[in-house]
Amino acid sequence: MMRENTAKAIRGISRLVLGLIVFCAGELARADAAQSQTNIFAPASTPAGNIRDLSWFVLAITGGIFISVGGLLAWAIIRYRERKNDDESEPPQIYGSTQVELAWTVIPVLIVVVLFLTTARIIFAIQDAPKPQAALDVTVVGHQYWWEFRYPKLGIVTANELHVPVSTRLEPKPTFLHLLSADVDHSFWVPELAGKTDLIPNHPNDTWIEPLRTGVYLGQCAQFCGVEHAKMLLRVYVDTPEQFDAWVKLQQQPGVQDASVAAGRRVFETEACTNCHRITGTAAAGTFGPDLTHLASRVTIASGAARNTTVNLHAWIEDPDHFKPGAQMPAMQLDEVQVNELVAYLNTLH
Amino acid sequence: MADQSLPIAGTVDVTPPRRSTAALLEWLHGWVVTVDHKRLGVLYTVYGIFFLLVAGAEAIAIRIQLAWPGMHFLSPELYNEMFTMHGTTMVFLVGMTIIFGFANYLVPLMIGARDMAFPRLNAFSFWMTAFGGLLIYYSFIGGFGLYGMGAAPDVGWWAYAPLTAKAFSPGHATDYWALALIVAGFGTLGTAINVIATTLSMRCRGMTLLRMPLFVWLMLVVSGLTLITITPLTAAQIMLVIDRYLGGHFFDTQAGGSAVVWMHFFWIFGHPEVYVLVMPAFGIASEIIPVFSRKAIFGYPAMVAASVGIAFVSLGVWAHHMFTVGMTSVSNAFFVLSTMLVGIPTGIKIFNWVATIWGGKIRLATPMLFCLGFLFQFLIAGLTGIMLSVAPWNWQLHNSYFVIAHFHYVLVGAIVFNVFAGIYYWYPKVTGRMLSEALGKWHFWLFFIGFHITFDTMHFVGFLGMPRSIYTYEPDRGWNHLNFIISMGGIVQAIAVLIFAWNLVHSYLKGKKAGNDPWDAWTLEWAVPSPPPVYNFAADPVVHSRRPLWDLKHPDDPDWKYEA
Repeated sequence: MMRENTAKAIRGISRLVLGLIVFCAGELARADAAQSQTNIFAPASTPAGNIRDLSWFVLAITGGIFISVGGLLAWAIIRYRERKNDDESEPPQIYGSTQVELAWTVIPVLIVVVLFLTTARIIFAIQDAPKPQAALDVTVVGHQYWWEFRYPKLGIVTANELHVPVSTRLEPKPTFLHLLSADVDHSFWVPELAGKTDLIPNHPNDTWIEPLRTGVYLGQCAQFCGVEHAKMLLRVYVDTPEQFDAWVKLQQQPGVQDASVAAGRRVFETEACTNCHRITGTAAAGTFGPDLTHLASRVTIASGAARNTTVNLHAWIEDPDHFKPGAQMPAMQLDEVQVNELVAYLNTLH
Repeated sequence: MADQSLPIAGTVDVTPPRRSTAALLEWLHGWVVTVDHKRLGVLYTVYGIFFLLVAGAEAIAIRIQLAWPGMHFLSPELYNEMFTMHGTTMVFLVGMTIIFGFANYLVPLMIGARDMAFPRLNAFSFWMTAFGGLLIYYSFIGGFGLYGMGAAPDVGWWAYAPLTAKAFSPGHATDYWALALIVAGFGTLGTAINVIATTLSMRCRGMTLLRMPLFVWLMLVVSGLTLITITPLTAAQIMLVIDRYLGGHFFDTQAGGSAVVWMHFFWIFGHPEVYVLVMPAFGIASEIIPVFSRKAIFGYPAMVAASVGIAFVSLGVWAHHMFTVGMTSVSNAFFVLSTMLVGIPTGIKIFNWVATIWGGKIRLATPMLFCLGFLFQFLIAGLTGIMLSVAPWNWQLHNSYFVIAHFHYVLVGAIVFNVFAGIYYWYPKVTGRMLSEALGKWHFWLFFIGFHITFDTMHFVGFLGMPRSIYTYEPDRGWNHLNFIISMGGIVQAIAVLIFAWNLVHSYLKGKKAGNDPWDAWTLEWAVPSPPPVYNFAADPVVHSRRPLWDLKHPDDPDWKYEA
């Protein structure tokens, strides 16, 4: 009797604890989901929206299958478990039934037909969508471990932070992305704007987004590309048409020439910086690293690994491994004065 | 009933008399030179369990690093090595070795044979696989990589080109990876040939193909599939080595090679490989579920047909790993359809297992608990597989933690659960002693709870856009709490596995004596003593149905009256 009570109490307590754990986990998950800016169920762009709708449909069907089959299984386990007062006899032996087998073959076939047709429709709708005249073209080049964005018709080259205009029903303005890689495989993924598409050397790909709300959308490389794959982050700024035009105008200017930071510019042009980086209007014409002509107009440095502040820029130039151990940029062994001059110069590059 | 002596239980004692001098060396020597299928089966399995602990430790290191954003437990380089080695080890050194261990031990016993068809090839295959494992782990101390001595492979277990090219992976870590898998692959091919030859030519009298236990059927199908799939992998590895050493340009994109060709080669191996691993697990479940439900398997012919069907369809689905590489919309649609089709035979299998339980008398012993866990988890794994096959949704889910969750549901929730079930079920046969049920229950419940804490949560962090293969993540992405929960579940699973390891050792020394047939089962391996003597059967058994021991135990109501 005593033992039975203890057992009951233990069972009750463990159920309570389990319930609490599930509840806490659920609350934490909700908190995380509310904070997330990379939620595939919170689309802000046409293709991501189409995918979200399709995924709800698929979730409903698979959820239905789970509840019915899982329910049958659970019920069978509870109903047919061995009891204490069972005799030693074996249950009736049933070897099979052709009718039943046929039934549970035909039903899944029908489900597959429905799922396949729905899926195919969305594949063609997204993948073979015609490109409107008004579409913006951007060429994305993946590098270990940063993103290069080229706007061929606008003559702009920038890095890591993509600016695109918002699209409205009256004035649709999707952005079509041409995806290339300079070295290994990468994958372009901004979950709230579109599914991912890989950037593969010798294998150009295309994808498109049509953002319907302004704001910043986050993403990152989704194909393992080497040591710093984790810090190949991606920001997409969806601007109003006015903001976007202003941004374009700014980016089309050559690098600012400010006499007060001439010392920093000299450091930039005389050290090895120019081998990899470009600043229009200067001698620097490298293409291995990000274009820095308008570095100061960007919010982040090191492909999103750090905010673009004076302190961070200083730390980054002094030792890139500080933010991104394994990044391709070497520490240039500049002295304190040179780094300060260089940072002052870079800070003027709006 | 359990200990009734059966007419086919007699044995011939061919063990040489023990000598007392140098006993340990002789004992070791005996294991090294053995060609006995049972000893090789045990070697394979022990080897697999050892690497399960190693790769499990790597997983724990990964989870500690990801428990919180910006952790510095592992360096980025070491993290990349950890996940590469975790994946490679679990697939090639744990999954493959344990399933071939089971096959080696059980197939001859189940079909009433005295050994495998080619005992020497069998030993050769094991040692090839074993040396492959040693070779890849040697890279941790001897591999000279980008970061100096002691660089293990760090290119992911899928090793996509051109990251594996000399330009991006200097040093030898990637060479160790390729060579080790070539070596281990030859061992795998040898065992696959052996299993096919054994099942086709060594069955005892009366054991027609359609009377073979389902485990044997599944191993036959798996071995056929292995022959087809290991070949392209080995070919691709050889091409990679040619690229790296002889200036070939198969995958070297800088010289006009193709990264996509590697993906095709890898996944035409890689996807059927999943079925190579999971179908033996189906086989284990198909043996255990009937015995512990006290009923014959429901729909045996349908189960066989579904297994063969899965094997065929699985050869045409590989590019569903490549929906994001930029195939045409028509190819994408084709692979959506072929992938969804796998769901039909798989569904049939699940329905037949449920129907087997239905109307039975379910004994909830440890092996059955693991099998029931498998049924629930495999149902979910199948359904998340359907979700991933929906190409547009796959563009979101691919390479996210949702995929990690899905395939761990298959590899752990289905395969590892059934391997545990199989070990609890057959350990008495192999050692002559029962595993502790009390420890077994602890093992099951802790592992079950830990598994769900970890892998259920992973689906959600995938929905929130967390990609795989990242050594750290930004604190503002909304992944913090979920990752912490995932890591906690990993620790619960680790504790469960340690209990299991302790149970293996403890019960070997102090376990209850098992007798021939502790579970009151029906297949031939339970007719011989535990452990079975060398050469298994003194006289060739004769069977009349799929459950020869049922016929013996129920002479009034034998199976052969009902089987078609």
